[in-house]
Amino acid sequence: MNSPADNAPLLDVRNLRVQYRARGRGPAGPRAAAVDGVSFSLAAGESLGLVGESGSGKSSIARALLRLIPATGTAVFQGRDLLQLHGAALRAAREHIQIVFQDPLGALDPRMTVAELVAEPLLEFRSAQSRQHRELVLAMLTRTGLGPELAARYPHQLSGGQAQRVGLARALILRPQLLVCDEPVAALDVSIRSQIANLLCDMRSELGLALLFIAHDLATVRFLCDRVLVLFGGRLIEEAPRDALYGAPQHPYTRALLAANPLPDPARPPQPPVPAPAVARDAALRESPATRAGCAYRERCPLAVARCAQEAPALRRVGASLVSCHRAGE
Amino acid sequence: MADSPAPLLQLRSLGVSYGRGIEELRAVDTLDLDLAGRECLGVVGESGSGKTQLLLALLGLNGPAARLSGSIRYRGMELVGASSAQLASIRGRRIALVSQDPMSALNPYLRIATQLTEGARRHLQLGRRAALARAAELLALVQIDAPSERLRCYPHELSGGMRQRVTIAMALMCDPEILLLDEPTTALDVTVQAHVLELLRAVRARTGVATLMVTHDLGALASMANRVAVMYGGRLVELASAQQLYTAPRHPYTAGLLRSLPRLDQPLPARLPVIGGQPPDLADLPKGCAFSPRCPLVHARCASSPQLRAFPDGHLLACHYEGTPSQVAGAWT
Amino acid sequence: MRRTRPGALVAAALLALIVAAALLVPALSPYDYATPVWTKIFSGPSVSGGHLFGTDSLGRDLLVRVMWGCRISLLVGIAASLISVVIGVCWGALAGYAGGRLDGVLMRTVDVLYAVPFIPFVIVLEVAFGRNFLMVFIAIGAVSWLDIARIVRGQTLAICEQEYIEAARALGVRTTTMIRRHVLPNLIGLVAAYATLAIPGVILFEALLSFLGLGVHPPLASLGSLVAEGANEMQANPYLLIIPAAFLATIILCLNRLGDALRDALDPRHEEDGHG
Repeated sequence: MNSPADNAPLLDVRNLRVQYRARGRGPAGPRAAAVDGVSFSLAAGESLGLVGESGSGKSSIARALLRLIPATGTAVFQGRDLLQLHGAALRAAREHIQIVFQDPLGALDPRMTVAELVAEPLLEFRSAQSRQHRELVLAMLTRTGLGPELAARYPHQLSGGQAQRVGLARALILRPQLLVCDEPVAALDVSIRSQIANLLCDMRSELGLALLFIAHDLATVRFLCDRVLVLFGGRLIEEAPRDALYGAPQHPYTRALLAANPLPDPARPPQPPVPAPAVARDAALRESPATRAGCAYRERCPLAVARCAQEAPALRRVGASLVSCHRAGE
Repeated sequence: MADSPAPLLQLRSLGVSYGRGIEELRAVDTLDLDLAGRECLGVVGESGSGKTQLLLALLGLNGPAARLSGSIRYRGMELVGASSAQLASIRGRRIALVSQDPMSALNPYLRIATQLTEGARRHLQLGRRAALARAAELLALVQIDAPSERLRCYPHELSGGMRQRVTIAMALMCDPEILLLDEPTTALDVTVQAHVLELLRAVRARTGVATLMVTHDLGALASMANRVAVMYGGRLVELASAQQLYTAPRHPYTAGLLRSLPRLDQPLPARLPVIGGQPPDLADLPKGCAFSPRCPLVHARCASSPQLRAFPDGHLLACHYEGTPSQVAGAWT
Repeated sequence: MRRTRPGALVAAALLALIVAAALLVPALSPYDYATPVWTKIFSGPSVSGGHLFGTDSLGRDLLVRVMWGCRISLLVGIAASLISVVIGVCWGALAGYAGGRLDGVLMRTVDVLYAVPFIPFVIVLEVAFGRNFLMVFIAIGAVSWLDIARIVRGQTLAICEQEYIEAARALGVRTTTMIRRHVLPNLIGLVAAYATLAIPGVILFEALLSFLGLGVHPPLASLGSLVAEGANEMQANPYLLIIPAAFLATIILCLNRLGDALRDALDPRHEEDGHG
């Protein structure tokens, strides 16, 4: 394994693009790329949040990085471009990048016991020392808060939280350098979400993991991530350190997301985004998505002006954020 | 319409159970609940709380394996044990449902117009044209632009938020007295969720339809409900006005649940507060209070089931603990 | 949700009894299935007469003939189902897992074979290769694997869509390991159940062929050919129809019930339910 230079990021993604064939669901019309030229980097041990609504491309980024769907661009991990790897080299890279899925039960083979599931990565990547495996598996189960009595159970006998702990144990048993979490708490009960978020936090500091945490739940991202990327329509619209993003969001979409987050307080209802002004609903503004010119958010943006339809905003620095909005910082 | 003294919907020791003997599983256990005209009652619970079975019981849709006991009275009419013809005349007409997943609630092969008018034409014997006019009116009510154009669409041509608006319009077609909301915003993005919640509040203000909203999301419920019932392990554990429940919960579970929500409006904690353990397994409930294994205030007396007791302000609580709300909150820290 | 179904146990016991009888009775009985006994034509079922089920139009003991019929029918059923399961699973799993053009070619082949009319196909086979016992296997096997191939392909596609397959791919599990560890075990319940359910189908197929005179040679008998013979004597001697038909029905019912139970038993979600 070639060691990367000290200051090089663990993962450096440039111009990542994912296109689906035009056979999918969704509104009719010309189909945009699910991920449209996204670039970001992730330092070793860093925790990066990926936030956006459904269709923003956040899950596609995760799947592309794990080579589960085809993508173009580059994604350099430990000095090699993940998107160019094949066969044995790809398999070798997979040892260091693991993923936790949203549906905790769906990601577990219903015919394998918990112990078998957690041991599976060891079978794939470590020489067969089954006794050592057993100890490692039991230690990992304990570490993820699962008693040894669960080792012989099948997935359908677990609660959602337990199943997600198994998913995490399975992802961590090889001690990967990068853990990708695709909405790992969204499908869980409210009282269990915090348990899993705390566990992720602990495991990260314990194993020195880098975390790519994908979620639509802004509060959990705030707790877990050092830096946050906000995606809209397959593009990166804002990137900022945590405190800057939550304290002084620059992009109107980020602000809308934060304001819409419901609080458990009857006196403070969530604020739906302000409807776009007439100018943004102008027919001329609506017609252009075919060419993908202009800002993707303009139809929903309360700040949209004519320029937003003509010219796609580039990422630029405003305050502590990198933001792609013509009107940010005004 | 003035508030009538008798509640619109009256549930008395409602039980929904599956299996028999030692294998009996009580999804809903001796539940008493009232829904008054014009109010919005929230029912909060996690998996295994019985909230979904409660909703199905109100619609008479629990399926042949379920056994219902107790009573559900709608305007004095008993729904438990009612014939399927009787239930069918109430379902959709008097009691309408908005389900969680707008995509699966709509038939992908039928136009919006067909789906919207189906119930109205059957229940209200409206003609085609009258039904279409009503459909367009309701699409306008749920704030869909160009309603007559949208009526010709198929569900896949609409966005997720738009589809949920259509299902809300569909539920309102027959002008029901009771609207059941089953996690109406869970499948939606957060900005769309805020829109839909606002829409539901507006619809309620306009029509005054009594609403029962079942959810696990205390955040989304906060802006909707007048009163909130908390269920755990098939039982009602706490019932209070929304204001009281959110600011001064008396049940340790409610307090823990509120506390464990990660919040954007408060300073970032070093660790998120949690409720330990797992949600209850209805097939294997602990003896006595179902929450006792996860409760910070657990005591020997919790081995017996706590009865629901009322406070002078109308707050209902099923917990042996006698302390104040702040003592309950204190137990979690 | 029940772990053991009394129905399945009864079915298994009944089937075991029939199999044991089919194996033992012809060996122990003093009568032969083939030799006509002209003095005993159409003697009805009786205990005292020595012929428990009576005798047929040639005076042969019906008990022995029915037991031979069970042997032949079960043999045809099991062997032809086995052939069709092996072909069908390989064909369907390959099509489902490979996808793309190979899937298209394999499944169009199945479609074409489906379109071949069955009875003329068997007649052509028998004309071309002569009428022998092996032909019955081949004819039935050639037709019944088509269903299995389709079902297995569909199931394989469904399994490949599951997130645990994606999870295993993300983990770096090799293709061969993937099929062995994740795809086949999840197919096996369906296949085992379908195979059990295919046996009665095959037995009925064979009965149809024998009924039409395309099946086993006389004097050898299958349950199907016995039913056909009995049908000719239906009015004068109904026992000749009722007894083999009852055996045929019992065997098929038992196998169906067993197949259902097997499907449930092989599904991990059905076992050990109800306790923690």
